[in-house]
Amino acid sequence: MLGNIFNWLNDLLLKMTWLKDFVELILTKLFGMDTESLLFSSLSFFIYDVFKIFILLSVLIYISSYIQTYFTVERTRKVLSKFKGLGANLVGALLGTITPFCSCSSIPIFIGFTRAGLPIGVTFSFLISSPLVDIASVVLLASIFGWKVAIAYVIVGIILAVIGGSLISIFKMEKYVEDFVSNGEVVEDEIDEKHTKKARRLYAIEQVKDIIKRVWKYVLIGVAIGAIIHGYIPAEFINKILGSNKWYSVFVAVFAGIPMYADIFGTIPISEALVLKGVGIGTVLAFMMAVTTLSIPSLILLKKVVKTKLLIAFIAIVSIGIILIGYIFNYFIII
Amino acid sequence: MEIKILGSGCKNCKKLYHNTVLATTEIGVKADIIKVTDFAEIAKYNVMQTPALVFDNTVVSKGKVLSKAEIVALLAK
Repeated sequence: MLGNIFNWLNDLLLKMTWLKDFVELILTKLFGMDTESLLFSSLSFFIYDVFKIFILLSVLIYISSYIQTYFTVERTRKVLSKFKGLGANLVGALLGTITPFCSCSSIPIFIGFTRAGLPIGVTFSFLISSPLVDIASVVLLASIFGWKVAIAYVIVGIILAVIGGSLISIFKMEKYVEDFVSNGEVVEDEIDEKHTKKARRLYAIEQVKDIIKRVWKYVLIGVAIGAIIHGYIPAEFINKILGSNKWYSVFVAVFAGIPMYADIFGTIPISEALVLKGVGIGTVLAFMMAVTTLSIPSLILLKKVVKTKLLIAFIAIVSIGIILIGYIFNYFIII
Repeated sequence: MEIKILGSGCKNCKKLYHNTVLATTEIGVKADIIKVTDFAEIAKYNVMQTPALVFDNTVVSKGKVLSKAEIVALLAK
């Protein structure tokens, strides 16, 4: 009974099956398109995905931004300083999931955390999980691949952040941080803004506008590529390169993802189309993780505050982690 | 007065710079508006969220792209 209600709500609100039916109805009845044609499958994928993603994104960014007003970066830093050892890495990774920030803020955060005396590994746990796992992308994943995949994604994302950060601590990589980062006084924060409910709502609405304005291009391009894959690219061709039975598919996905500068929301529709063509779920998750955590622009920024050795260690740990996650998902999770 | 915009040069920082120029010209404040993109320099202001706005060495806003009207209100203080 409860399961039925959950499924019904899930189909209605997340998968939006009604929207798919509606788009297909319009295309066939109003435009007289043939459901078997390639154009129909591309076009219906495109329209349905664009609407679904923008509706979900707006709602989700609103909710997560509202929650975010309770967890400012300053407060996160204060909370983190109370934990030690592996616990600190875990809390760092968890806080990373609820504090989404613009990737251009990641370096000032890195400096601010380090100067406050937080272990470098804890800061890395935070920085790895922050772009990787957030409420909006997890719910989008659930809407497309189901809750099992979404929850598994959160768990492995957090494990990657905890292990990655801990390894950086274990190898004592503090010495590979640029000198100016740790040398400098910490001023305790005097600005402790008290928010009213109205201010939180306004902030959340601002965030929705801001993020949609920033990511809409990536979403449209992502959905367009997804639609082309969905309609026109033969499954045999894709399976030759990325098929789940090909041992190298995860490697191809990770290396294809690194130079891409896209948003996770843009990579989701591409992944959706690839999975429909038979590509393994692990392969597409590895692709999305590579795009978000290893993109070249963010690595260039990171290089400004850490020495080459630490940068290489970071890339190596994250790449190996992502590749392992890819294989684990391909072999153990069947959707 | 001296106004600094702290940020690594991403889109939001440019927007804040633009709005600041508009705000100062609107109310006729004479100000040197300087973009600070060096992370070591930004860190001196204890700012973790960019873009940030600094009036005569005091941080007045961080992590927000203020509108022209909001900057005018801050300048009036």
